[in-house]
Order: sequence, then C-alpha cells, then structure tokens
Amino acid sequence: MEPIIRAENLKFSYKNQEDGKEYEVLKGIDMEVRKGEFLCVLGHNGSGKSTLAKHFNSILVPTEGKVFVGDMDTSEEDKLFDIRQRVGMVFQNPDNQIVATIVEEDVAFAPENLGLPREEIISRVDFALKTVNMEAYRNHAPHKLSGGQKQRVAIAGVLAMMPEVIVLDEPTAMLDPVGRKEIMNTIKTLNREKGMTVVLITHYMDEAAEADRILVMDKGKIKMEGTPKEVFSKVDEVKAIGLDVPQATALAYELNKNGFNLPLDILNTEDCVSNIIKELEND
Amino acid sequence: MFKDITLGQFFPGDSFVHRLDPRTKICLSLIFIVLVFLANSILGFALLGGFILLVAIITKIPLKFMIRGLKTIMFFIVLTAFFNLFLSTGTVIWQWRFLKITDRGLELALTMIARLVLLIFGTSILTLTTSPIALTDGIEALLRPFKKIKLPVHELAMMMTIALRFIPTLIDETDKIIKAQTARGTDFESGNLIRRAKALIPILIPLFISSFRRADDLALAMECRCYNGGENRTRMKVLEMKAIDFVGWGVTLALGVIVIILNYVRI
Ligand SMILES: Nc1ncnc2c1ncn2[C@@H]1O[C@H](COP(=O)(O)OP(=O)(O)O)[C@@H](O)[C@H]1O
Ligand SMILES: [Mg+2]
Repeated sequence: MEPIIRAENLKFSYKNQEDGKEYEVLKGIDMEVRKGEFLCVLGHNGSGKSTLAKHFNSILVPTEGKVFVGDMDTSEEDKLFDIRQRVGMVFQNPDNQIVATIVEEDVAFAPENLGLPREEIISRVDFALKTVNMEAYRNHAPHKLSGGQKQRVAIAGVLAMMPEVIVLDEPTAMLDPVGRKEIMNTIKTLNREKGMTVVLITHYMDEAAEADRILVMDKGKIKMEGTPKEVFSKVDEVKAIGLDVPQATALAYELNKNGFNLPLDILNTEDCVSNIIKELEND
Repeated sequence: MFKDITLGQFFPGDSFVHRLDPRTKICLSLIFIVLVFLANSILGFALLGGFILLVAIITKIPLKFMIRGLKTIMFFIVLTAFFNLFLSTGTVIWQWRFLKITDRGLELALTMIARLVLLIFGTSILTLTTSPIALTDGIEALLRPFKKIKLPVHELAMMMTIALRFIPTLIDETDKIIKAQTARGTDFESGNLIRRAKALIPILIPLFISSFRRADDLALAMECRCYNGGENRTRMKVLEMKAIDFVGWGVTLALGVIVIILNYVRI
C-alpha cells in the first residue's frame, strides 16, 4: 500500500536550556503511515512518541533525515499549510484545544483559517459534527460538555480541514471509561467507515489491540513493528521494553507457564475464553 | 463556590433588540450616550427616559437586572448629587444653618442624576441583549477601518474570544485547587488581611503554572489547525445589516433630532 507519511532516518535533538547540552530524542527512525490504515504507536513516557507525531505535520522539522507527507518534504516552508491541512492532529487535553466559546464556531476555526468561502465552511462544519455525532450540541458552550464530548468536538475541529490522516496523541488519557469508549468508537468509525488514515498514540493496550498495525517505540527508536497479534504474542520482548500486553494475552501467557498450551495471539476476552475451553476439552 | 458566576451579564432572548446586529447596537448605544450629554431640557430627558424604558420593556428583561447596574455606582450618584445640590451658586430656595440649596444647584443635581441613570440603563441594555461573542465580533467589525493605522484589530478580537473561552475553565480550576488546598489544611477564612493574602499563594501558583501549560497547548492546537493570524481568514458567521437594523437606526436618529430641537425650545 502506498505511504502517506514517510520518515527516513529521522533524527531530532534539542538543546537543553540549563546545561546547554544537545539531547537526541529521536535516534534514526524509518517508518511509514500507509493509506487507509489504523496505525498505533506504543511506548512509555519519554520514548519520543509525541516528538515523532509533531514531525508529521511540520510542527517540528528533523535535525537529520527527512519526513515526507505525500511527495512534500516537511522542511519546505512554503508547503506548511498544505501539510497541516492534510495531517490533522488531536491532543490529550480537550480543554486546551478548543478555541471558541460555541461548539460550531470552534469547528469552523480551521476552515476559516484556510480562507474557504462561507457556504463551504458551513457544509464542512455540518459534516464534521455529524461524523462525530455531536450535531445536537452545535450551539452549546464547550465548557459545559463532558470530557468525551469535548474531545469529539476537538476531533470535529480537525475533520473540518478534510485531512487525509488524523493523528491522535493520547486522546483518551484524560477521559473516564465512558469518554474513552466514545473516542475509540469515533476513531473506528472514521477508519472503517470513512476510510480515513488514523495514527493513534496511546498507552492503553486494549486500544492498541484494535489497530491494523503497531509500532513500539523505546528510547527514540522503533523497537517492534507488526500487527497486534504479531507484536503482543512476543510477550517477553514487550515486557522487556517495560510495556504490558492486553489482559487476555497476559492471562494466556501466565497459564502457559503452568502447563497450558494456548496460542499467544489472543487479544480479547472472547478469544481467550474459547481457547481455554478448547484446551480444557482436549485434556 | 463560583458555580453561579455567569459570563458578562448577557440575558438571552429573542426580542427586537436581541435580534439587532451587534454593530447596530454598539453604535446606537454610543449615540444614546452622546444624546444623554447633549440633552438639557426637561422634555428631552423625559423623552430619553421614556425611550429607554420602552426598549427595556421590549427586551423582556426583568427590571431587577437593569437596576443591578445602578447599585454599583449608587455611591457615585449620591456624591455627585450632593456636591451639585449644596455647593452651587444661584438664588437660594432653602436654607438651614450653613446648608443652602439654590435653584441652579437643584437643577444641576437633578440633571446629573438623570444623566448617570440613563447612562447605566443604556449600556446595560447593550450588554444584557448582546452575547459576549457577538459583542466581540461587532467591535472587531467596527474597528476594521483602523487596521490601516496598524491597530491589531484581529489580534485584539482573538484575545477577547480566547479570554471568554477560558474564563469558565479557569474558574472551575480555581474551585478545584481551593478544594484540594482546603483538604490539605489551608485556612482561607481566618486571620488578618496579610495572613489571608498569604493563604492565596497556594491557589495562585498552581493556577499560573497550569495557565501557562494551557497557553502552550492552545497555541500548538491553533497552529495545527492552520492558524496564521488574521490574514486571508474568512468567517462562517458574517454580520449582516437587516431591515430591523434600519428601523433601529431610524428611530434612534429621530429621537436624537427631537432631543436636540427641544434644547432650543423654551417652555
Ligand atoms: N524541545 C524540548 N525541550 C525539552 N525537552 C524535550 C523537547 N523535546 C523533547 N523533549 C524531551 O524528549 C523526551 C521525549 O518526549 P516525548 O516525545 O514527549 O515523549 P512521549 O510522547 O513518548 O512521552 C522527553 O523526555 C521530553 O522531555
Ligand atoms: Mg506524549
């Protein structure tokens, strides 16, 4: 499949203000985001996930190496708005990314910045609010919404740019379980029904299990890559990086230590239950 | 603690006045203020008073909201009236020991009271019938010509919008911090002024830190949504002068002409 975003030997360092030393956050990353896929980036705090994401829409440019969006090099300044419009970004704290005092005006913010004609702005706002299922709240004040609803407004605000890729940097980290479910459902609808390419950064393994492909980052490098089944079945490797595997996989792993012989590509409860039953019947 | 603070003093509604374009309302309020200072006949004041009362009735805003604005400057009104009443020269009409009221003083005092009350009512109607966001849009549109002399009109309007957006968020946050610090044993209520001011420090510091973090996040999110200042920016909601705006202008201008004519008619 053709890549939409491509990083080639991407290195990024910043100069620490206090000791004046250079720190390398990204240490040579080669990766791509393929058209239409649901890609998940895992890694613990400080592994460089957010820094990598900020290279996808030219918020940061590589110290060394290249990042391409389509055939545009993200370090070319005259392509800046083209790139940002094609790669939308959603962040962790929904409160801090809503600009306006009314939901529909916030969703209109990006198309207004793009200088689109009025009718086009209105139709995009309609489309975006409908996609995240928030039309009923058009004229509401954002600060009165729940966390999950606010985050959906933030997603709508990005969708109104009609991006090809939407990058979400830990969008569920500040939400309650209900809000998390709302956002995961929205992301799945976007990917499965609207065909949008999704990059999800998260540290929830059950969210990662829903992706088409996973990248695992550690200390500024990509350590593992593959489908959720491929990645999580290497339980020892995942644990060595300091991450967990989904609970179902973890259970199978522990049972195997005690004489069971379960496959390790089990990601959800149903698979886990049916495999255990099969195993017990075999005995 | 802050739950019942509402933003500005907007009183939502669907009256004729509510539906006027914010630019119309701002201009008409300014004209009204000028008229209040130009008027110097009893009939003129009566007319202005009757007009503002009529507008207040049309808006269906309860009288107590209008009067609330008066309360804050009551002291000022009483003080000005007092000075005008007792310290003016003219024909004495009442005297008790050293206190004397002159005809001129009485006239001046009454005029001052009438002007201040009308002023408060006029501006209250503007802010009560216009949402803060519409007010911001109106101010931005009216100031647009001043862009030529490098006044950062768009930037000012954007700052106002962001301030309005974050006031409720910061109030919520203050509330949370106060609760958290109270749970840790901070006492905000007792002690002298200095002690109580010191007790505010554990509220203000976390609030400032989180505000800077929010500012950082918001700037990033705005950049990601292609924000590039006001240049080439279009708007979803475009302000539009409609028939009712012309009616509003017509009525107010007619009122102005009559008030000015009345100044020269002696009765
Ligand atoms: N401009 C910068 N200034 C200071 N520290 C930075 C800067 N950019 C990245 N870092 C540091 O780089 C590391 C990786 O950050 P980040 O990409 O946010 O990781 P993650 O999102 O995976 O938690 C962190 O330790 C962070 O403090
Ligand atoms: Mg991060």
